Amino acid sequence: MFTHERTVIGLAAAALLAACTTPLMGPQPLSQGLDLGRVVTAEEIKAWDISIPQSGAGLPPGSGSVKQGAAVYAAKCEACHGANGAGKPLDALVGGQGTLASGTPVRTVGSYWPYATTLFDYVRRAMPTNAPKSLTDSEVYAVSAYVLQLNGIIPQDAVMNAQTLPQVKMPNKDGFIDYSGK
Amino acid sequence: MKNESVIANRRSASPESRSDSHGPVERRAFLARGIKVAGALAAGGVASTAGAQARAAESLGAQMPAWMTTEGAAMREYGQPSKFEEPVKRAVAQLYGKLAPGAGASFTPLQSLKGTITPNGLHFERHHNGVPDIDPARHKLLIHGLVKKPLAFDVATLMRYPMVSRTCFIECSANSARNTLPKALDVPCGALHGLVSCSEWTGLPLAVLLNEAGVDAGAKWLLAEGADSATMSRSIPLSKALDDTLIALYQNGERLRPEQGYPMRLLLPGWEGNMNVKWLHRIKLTDGPTHTRDETSRYTDLMRDGKARQFTFELGVKSVITQPSGGMAMQGPGLYELSGLAWSGAGRVTKVEVSADSGATWQDAMLQAPVLSKSLTRFRMPWNWNGTQAMLQSRATDEKGNVQESRAAWSALYSPANRYHNTMIQTWAVNADGSIKNVYA
Repeated sequence: MFTHERTVIGLAAAALLAACTTPLMGPQPLSQGLDLGRVVTAEEIKAWDISIPQSGAGLPPGSGSVKQGAAVYAAKCEACHGANGAGKPLDALVGGQGTLASGTPVRTVGSYWPYATTLFDYVRRAMPTNAPKSLTDSEVYAVSAYVLQLNGIIPQDAVMNAQTLPQVKMPNKDGFIDYSGK
Repeated sequence: MKNESVIANRRSASPESRSDSHGPVERRAFLARGIKVAGALAAGGVASTAGAQARAAESLGAQMPAWMTTEGAAMREYGQPSKFEEPVKRAVAQLYGKLAPGAGASFTPLQSLKGTITPNGLHFERHHNGVPDIDPARHKLLIHGLVKKPLAFDVATLMRYPMVSRTCFIECSANSARNTLPKALDVPCGALHGLVSCSEWTGLPLAVLLNEAGVDAGAKWLLAEGADSATMSRSIPLSKALDDTLIALYQNGERLRPEQGYPMRLLLPGWEGNMNVKWLHRIKLTDGPTHTRDETSRYTDLMRDGKARQFTFELGVKSVITQPSGGMAMQGPGLYELSGLAWSGAGRVTKVEVSADSGATWQDAMLQAPVLSKSLTRFRMPWNWNGTQAMLQSRATDEKGNVQESRAAWSALYSPANRYHNTMIQTWAVNADGSIKNVYA
């Protein structure tokens, strides 16, 4: 029993000694100075940086025509979005222009989306849902071209690429009011 | 003399109640008035299961129950609710059925919960293409773009940073969307309003990591992106990121559940649910918003004039009576306690008023302390139901003076097709037969 108590006291003394050599820093928050991140290279970032703003900055090389897009659409998109982007069983991609102020607005890529770059960004990252990121960049350009042409926004012979896609003027570009500062 | 656990807040300005005092006296006065104003705040019972009264009338029984005469179950490594609570679960909605089974939502069963903290297994879910099965040993967070020093962090490294805890709600901006449909659905409270939940979140301020990366002067926004199949992304003003935004690693004391963003998510107190990006793996500092699909095509609010409000981040002041509520049944006339939840993305809830006559008269409910900013607040009120039809409503006010909107006011503003930011007052019709229904009023 006494032996046990001496052991406990000895441990406590050792703990006190250790505390003296590595003092605590007090109750102030440890809010800076860790700097534990690893600096990454531009090459590493490139593979991850898939977001495309309306300027088109970061759009990759490659291109796709309306005709090529029709083939991609038939193979990868039509089962959910229907023939000619008309929808059914899932979301329609075409139509609805002029309906937004009505009692039954129809929001599609053609009637609602403000930027064509968003179409490329979203299809590349998220579509098709059963195999996202499986399309090549040129396939994404092509199917974007097809959907834009179905909406009457670009002509039948258009080709979408890093230069042409950001130039596309979407019908509802001015349909949004920025509330971020409100 | 005071019940420390409740705050009896100021009465509403209805002439008959203005002169009343607060606290227990007010409570008694209110009860008396409830009896006097028949049908008005008389009220509701919380629907218990059928047969409860019959069982309560049973004798105690001559024999002890089996659980007192046999050995109980042994300890277990991770606890689960009683098997008798099996019906308390999330209502699941698959938006696209089998074509995209992981796209949809599940709703917190608000009608079955009391208090303010949501159990982790009942926190609402909203996924755009399912829950990723992320190995934390292989997960990385990248911070890049308009920074002096692009940085990558692994999970173990982030766990070394000093952490803070914050209790707050998360609400999907499409919560209560079902009540924007043309006809009122006869479904439980949670299936209407259960895309809101509340937890204590623990993690590190995003500002700490942004400071380490060194934000360029030209950076005004950031893009936050998840590592899920949908790779869901949202643009967030830098000012919010530097204010109260956390990288949350823990929820109610344990590591995040996979459906809540394991191993890490953003937490933006008071702002639209899907900006609280789950499975967070990339933050890019930018000079403006990226206009992603989920801030253009979706999560924008179509108005009557055909224009859409974009970047409506803050969630409005809102409340709902959770007990009694749709689908429950009153146990007959008598005294009941009304209870519900209120919240605001702008700060603290300061007042919740309750009406039993569809908003003709209002009474202030008691708020459970502590009332936390941008957190669920529990309100309660005694109600003496006289057995006639009553139309129960609640109306919340926040510290900025925002008052929850009526159905008429909200509907006049938004397109009939808009499903976002529905903050309108909920009405539960308590019928003479004791049934309770969701109605539009």
